[in-house]
Parts: sequence; structure tokens; C-alpha cells
Amino acid sequence: MDEAVAAVAAVEAVTRRARELLPADAVVTDRARLRTYECDGLAHYRVTPALVVLPRDAAQLAGVVRACAEHQVPYVARGAGTGLSGGALPHAEGVLVVTSQMRAITDMRPEDQRAVVEPGVINLDVTRAATPHGYYYAPDPSSQQICSIGGNVAENSGGAHCLKYGFTTNHVVGADFVTPQGETVALGGIAPDSPGYDLLGAVVGSEGTLGIVTSATVRLVRLPEEVRTVLVGFESTDHAGAATSAIIAAGIVPAAIEMMDALAIEAAEAAVHCNYPEGAGAVLVIELDGAAVEVEQEYAEVERLCHENGSFEQRLATDPVDRALIWKGRKSAFAAVGRISPDYIVQDGVIPRTALPEVLKAIADLSGDSGVRVANVFHAGDGNLHPLVLFDDSVDGAGEAAEKVSGAILDLCIEHGGSITGEHGVGMDKSKYMPRMYNDDDLDTMQLVRCAFDPDNISNPGKVFPTPRLCGEVPGRKKGAPPLQEAGLAEVF
Amino acid sequence: MTDQRADDAALGETGSIIDLGMPVPGGAFDEHHPPDAALIGDCVHCGFCLPTCPTYVLWGEEMDSPRGRIYLMKEGLEGEPMSDSMVSHWDACLGCMACVTACPSGVQYDTLIEQTRAQVERRHERSTKDKALRGLVFSLFPYPKRLRLLRGPLRAMQATGLDRALRRTGLLDKLSPQLAAMESLAPRLGKPEKLPTHIAARGERRAVVGLLTGCVQGAFFPGVNAATARVLQAEGCDVVVPRSQGCCGALSVHNGREPEAQDFARRLVDSFEGSGVEYVVVNAAGCGSTMKEYADLLADDPSYAERAKAFAERVRDVSEILDELGPVAPRHPLELSIAYHDACHLAHAQGVRAQPRRLLEAIPGLELKEIAEGELCCGSAGIYNVVNPEPARELGDRKAANIVATGAQVLVTANPGCLMQVTSAIARSDHPMGMAHTVEVLDASIRGVPASSLLPD
Repeated sequence: MDEAVAAVAAVEAVTRRARELLPADAVVTDRARLRTYECDGLAHYRVTPALVVLPRDAAQLAGVVRACAEHQVPYVARGAGTGLSGGALPHAEGVLVVTSQMRAITDMRPEDQRAVVEPGVINLDVTRAATPHGYYYAPDPSSQQICSIGGNVAENSGGAHCLKYGFTTNHVVGADFVTPQGETVALGGIAPDSPGYDLLGAVVGSEGTLGIVTSATVRLVRLPEEVRTVLVGFESTDHAGAATSAIIAAGIVPAAIEMMDALAIEAAEAAVHCNYPEGAGAVLVIELDGAAVEVEQEYAEVERLCHENGSFEQRLATDPVDRALIWKGRKSAFAAVGRISPDYIVQDGVIPRTALPEVLKAIADLSGDSGVRVANVFHAGDGNLHPLVLFDDSVDGAGEAAEKVSGAILDLCIEHGGSITGEHGVGMDKSKYMPRMYNDDDLDTMQLVRCAFDPDNISNPGKVFPTPRLCGEVPGRKKGAPPLQEAGLAEVF
Repeated sequence: MTDQRADDAALGETGSIIDLGMPVPGGAFDEHHPPDAALIGDCVHCGFCLPTCPTYVLWGEEMDSPRGRIYLMKEGLEGEPMSDSMVSHWDACLGCMACVTACPSGVQYDTLIEQTRAQVERRHERSTKDKALRGLVFSLFPYPKRLRLLRGPLRAMQATGLDRALRRTGLLDKLSPQLAAMESLAPRLGKPEKLPTHIAARGERRAVVGLLTGCVQGAFFPGVNAATARVLQAEGCDVVVPRSQGCCGALSVHNGREPEAQDFARRLVDSFEGSGVEYVVVNAAGCGSTMKEYADLLADDPSYAERAKAFAERVRDVSEILDELGPVAPRHPLELSIAYHDACHLAHAQGVRAQPRRLLEAIPGLELKEIAEGELCCGSAGIYNVVNPEPARELGDRKAANIVATGAQVLVTANPGCLMQVTSAIARSDHPMGMAHTVEVLDASIRGVPASSLLPD
């Protein structure tokens, strides 16, 4: 009980400091308002934060973090709140630091192919600002119209076009970063690579457990001369999977190859009337981009390979409106599943592309045996699956059954040499699966990295790792402080 | 599995976003049409609505987004009392319905916010000042006759320059920013044109239509009603203008004044019933969207439910009916560049986007320009710019900047509220341009009036 009283007092101290630093309306303590921040895009985990702050700039943000460090109050960073692994789930005795008001594009330098943006800038807005100069920002999560760069950096977000262009980590070259002590440091720079340890690399994808990025320098990519998007209908996911492998085997790297199965198509159709081929058991959305001559040649090849692998309809988008409609079907698919099922779990796993037919078959079996429906949407090109596990939470036991199927799908991914997350992150949702992928030594090593940044364990505690070890507890068999520290030659910072 | 349970307990609450049927007693809502729990359950919290929500765009706060407002409704159903802060976030919603267009899960936010607003009006005690202002607005705007009485003094003030003098003193701003906003929105008034009750089609008769003359439209923009009647006539419609018609109830519906709205709706159904019209044509987006939903509004009234449904099915925006019929009257060229502004209650609420554009583009010589951030509300939103002048002004200025950036000579839109809001924002921006309703442009083209008539003096 004393601990709880102390925690309340500590939050009160941070609140007082926040009121000194921030405008009145940027410090939220009213219960009804706090509750609107209970969950991110994964709405079935909910915790009411003790305090929400909406800093306007990096100095305000760093000031709040310093106050948290001083009073040992945990904090969690949140951008637009669209994450699908509960990474921004608040801490009941902690502060939620919301970056949605830090949304300025502070520098746009097309001549250097760089833009400098605040963490609350919406992903698509970077592309919108760069397009007039002939550039765009390549990583494009399906939620690109709302998810923010800060969250993208935290989760190392991917998207349909990552097959050819890489993930967020390949597009962030520098960042201003607030450590859990509240210090602001610059990581990376403008150059493509910085000498020394790749600390920026450690921070990108760290899911807010190492600190908060307050500014990111991102790489801009030249708009391609030609883009062709083709929608291909297949009888089954097997055929579509075979076509995908054939395309990659032929040495073509499309900007994107996306697959949706019949159930996912049904949902998208209900939501956005995207007019996908009727009766298709699977569709591929294939996008080719680059120099016109190259695209022309690759397109002919793709057309042939799809045909050879049993496509029954191929539809080339002839204008931007058609192309947008094809993509709309794909990009709204997650949320669209709300049209065909009251509740669902968006799963995210990775498998080697060649294992696609086998894994899909196994998922179908899981679904058949359990009676739990599973819709499949995925980045077929890089084997990143997004099975959508459907259930109705008002039915007793349905949630548990869905959870079980969802977990079994991750087991399948691990068995086939893949990963428990491709791009949504581990967050709260998957920390329990981490030991299935890593042994204790692996996890302990990761803890050492975390302790180097956040020895007090106040930056997004309880996420990513299943049993968060305190930094005082030295992992493994060794007891006591590391020898160098004990000898006074080094200190844990 | 037990470990996982323990983990889950540490997470706090888990499970679907809402699993309640009826409101918990003591919470924000009572049992008379509370926000529908099933509709709230449709929200999967994906956040796709956020960037289209004007208040989220302005303030970047969860509780001033559709997702956040739905969450507040859920809290209210779960027993959270109706607090001033909760109400302030619902009040801040413009009701533009851009979120309904954006939502991939099909959440009926329009229904939810209307249900919520009706509860707020019944159950929440507003401040004396707020009550007085709303009282003034609702004893004035829905009554065409009272609005017409206001025309005289307003015209006199405008003719003598007293209005500008008053604005310069800043007196109204000091007394009440809301009253100042109301005054600054009043358009320059021209001569009133009274329409006859029956206007015969020119040439072959293709349809018999009734015309809603509206409140603000009729009093402040009588030229729009006259142009609507002339265009319909030229396109082969007999136009019936029942004298008995009054307000459609849109402003009342959008502000939770349910019984008042139902009274207005019943009277309007009566006015047009038996007039023999195939369609009821509306030239104000906000009115049209409400009239199309009369079936829901009067669903609980056994003597009107069926009639309201039949009425709603006949309602058409003027651009819809003209597009449906297709042009017969020849168009004269208008050498003009036009920026078309989607009224929220036309584009988002009624899904009418293509028809007005097709009609305008079919005019020879006319160039149509798209406005950046077109889905974003201009801040008019019924009486929103009167009761919430500050955010409305910010949105108006943002819209004006995007409109000016098109370089168009004339701004065209199909709602009197938008027209007033954008006109005053454009005036502030100091980039004078012409302002017109879609039908006024069509009317000019059909009559062969020179393009200059649509340009500022």
C-alpha cells in the first residue's frame, strides 16, 4: 500500500512539473479524458494512464521525461495510437507522452533527399510534402494516412513497398533522441552511415523501451518514372503463392506483391467496394515501378508468370484512380474485417516465402479444426503474413479460442524458421512469445542493451520482454555487478 | 494458460471494446435512445478517422477525434457520469461526417453523435450564457418569417455602413465573441425575390418537383432559390413551392433538439403531402441530409413513420435531380475558373460529389479546380460557427487559404452555411473572389448572363 501511495505522490510531482512546462490544455488529468487514451490500435488491452501530456516541442517533452526520471515514474510514448501490438498501452502509475502535437516538417531538402520531421508528423504527410519536389517517403504501412513517424521509428514499421525499398530502419538516417534520463542526444546524422556503434539502429524498432525520438531525419526516394499496378485473380492461395515465388525466382523485385484470400476480399469489398475479381480464391496486387523500359519488360514477364501459374483474370490499373482503388481494397483490409466479424485479432508473422503454401494449408487446418475463421492478408513478396483471426467476444470462450489459434499461427511461423512479428512489433501482445523465439541468453543480452539506456526501467516498461528483469539483477549465472564496474573502471549508464 | 491470465490481469481490462447492452444507471445516459452499444462496438479503434476530423487536425487530441468521442460514449454507457469535459468534446464535434466517409469498419458515427446530442440536451445543464445563446439561435434561425424581419435592419446597417462601424469598435467581440461571429457571417443582402407557388416547366414536362425554400437560404440567399426554380423550369420541371412549408429541422437535429426537430419534420411532411410532386428538391446540403433521414427521426411516431419514409425517398439534392434528368436547356459559355467546395452534408452525409462537378464541367468555357484538403470541413457546420467561433474561424481561414491557392475566380458550393462561412473567411484573407451556389452558375449559363455577373464588384 505504501508503494501505491508513493507512486501517486510521484505522479503528482511530475504533474506539477508538467503544468509548469506545458500549456494548461496539454496536461490531461480528467478521468474521462484520460480514459480515451486507454488503448492504441489493439483495443482489447486497456489501462488508464495516471497522466497524459501533449508536449508541443522537444524541450517540453525532455522536461517531462526528466521529471519522470527524477521521481522514478514510468512513461510510455504514443503517436497516433494505431499500433497493433499494444506497444503504446499506458502504465497505470505512469505518464503517457503523446507526440500528436509535435507535427511540423521542420526541413525539406529534396536536393539532399532528406526531410527532417517531428515524431507526430503523419507518414503520408511526408510523401505529400515531398511529392511536389519529385520525391516520396517509401515505407508505407497500411495505416500511412494516420500513423506517425515517431511510432514508425519505434516499431520499425514496414508496409507493402518494403519488399523493394526496405523498412523504416533503412530510411531513417538520424534522430534527436531523449534518453530515459531526459537528456537530448543526436544519433546518426545526415550521411547515410555514421561511424561507431549503430546506436540509431538500436533505437529504431526498440518500441519505446530505450527512449523517445523527438526528431527524425528521413531519406526521400525519387518518384519512379513509371508505376504499374496489376490486380490478378487466382482460384486459390496456392496458385497465387506459386506465382509469387515464380516472379521472385525470375529475378524481378516488384515494389510490392500483396496477397489477400477470399475472406479478406469479402471484407474489403464490403467496406470500400474495390471491385476485385469475382469468385477469386486469392488475389495478388503486384506493383512494378522504376524506369519505363524496365517496367514494361518486367510487366510482360509478370503477366506471363501469373498466367502460367493459373491466374484467371489480370487487371492493369490504367490511371491513378484505378490504382488507388486497388490499393484501397488492400490497405483498408484490416479495419474492413470489422464488417464481417464483430471482433478479430490481427496477427503478424513472417515465414520464408517458399513455405507459403505449406503454412497456409496448416492455417486452414487450424481454422477447420477449431471452427475459428481466419482471413489472410499479407505481404507475399517477403513472406510477412497477416492472418486475421475472427471471433465474437459476446460468445463465451470465443476470445480464448481465437487467441489459441492466433498463438498456434505464430508457432507455425517459428517452426518454419520465421519470426513472431514482421512489422507490428512485440509490444504487450507478443512478449509472451519471445521465449519461443529466443533462449534465455539471447533475452539476457537484449536486457543488457536495455539497461545501458534505461537502467531504471522507466521507459515503456513491461513491453517486448516477457519477464522484465531489473537492471540490478545481472542476468545469467554471474552474480554481482559486471567485473569492470566492480573494479571502478566503467559504469552502467 | 493460467500464466497468461495473470499477465492479462496485470494489463488491466481486456476483452472487446464494449459488451454492454443498456446504459449503467448513474452514467451519462438514460434509456431513451442512448448511443447504441452495438454501433459503438463496430469501432475497432484503428484511427483511420483521425486525419479527416477537423478538431483532431486542429488540436491533435484523442478526445477531440471521432474515435475519442465514441470512447467517451462508451465510458458514459459504462457508468461514467456526464461531465462538463465530456460534453465539451461532443459539443466540439462539427458533425461534418468526414469520419463516416473515412471509416473502413462502417461505424455509424452520424447516428451515434445524434443520439448522444439528444441525451446531452435533455440531461446536461448548460451555462446560463450558453443557454441564452442557443435559445436566441433556435428562436430565430428555424423561422423564415423572423429571419425575414431581420433582413430590414441588417440591410439598413449594411447600406449605412453601420455594420462596419460596429465591427471596428470591437464592442460585440467584447460582449460576446459568439454574437460577433453571428454578425460577421451575415451576407450582403440583395433584393428579396418571392417565388410563385406554381412554376410551369418550359418545353416538354419531364418531372413535377417540390422546392424547399428553407430558412437561411430563403432569407439570406433568395437569389439561390430563384435560380433553382429557373434552372428546374428550364430543364423541364413543373416546380411547386408550398406556402405552408417551414423549417426542415436540420439545425435542431444536429444539436440534439429532438422533439423540436420532430415537430418541424411532421409539418414539412404535411406541407408536401398531397402536392402531387414526384421529388422534393433541396438546394441546401444540411437540409437535404436531414430530410433524407426523416424515416429515422419519426420512426417512433406511428402516425408519421410510414409517411416520413415515403417522403424521405423522394428527397433529392438539386444537383442529383439535374444530373439524373440530364440537360435539355442549352448552355452558354462561361469563361470562368471555379473552385468547387464540397459541403460536408452533401459529400459526406449524402455521398453527392460527382453530380455537381459533372454539371459544372458541362458548361462550355468553365474550368473546374479542386481544393486541397477538400474533405476537411470549412467550420460552418450548422450553428457551429456561432457557438464555437474560435475553432470555426481557424478552420475557415485554413479553407480560405486552400481556396485562394487554387487561383480560381469563383468559389462554388451548395450550402448556405458554407457560403456564409467561406465568404467571411475569404474576406479576411483579402483575396476577393466571386461566391455562388452551383445552381446560380447553371442559371447564368442557361440564361446567357455574362461571366462577370458572378465576379466580385
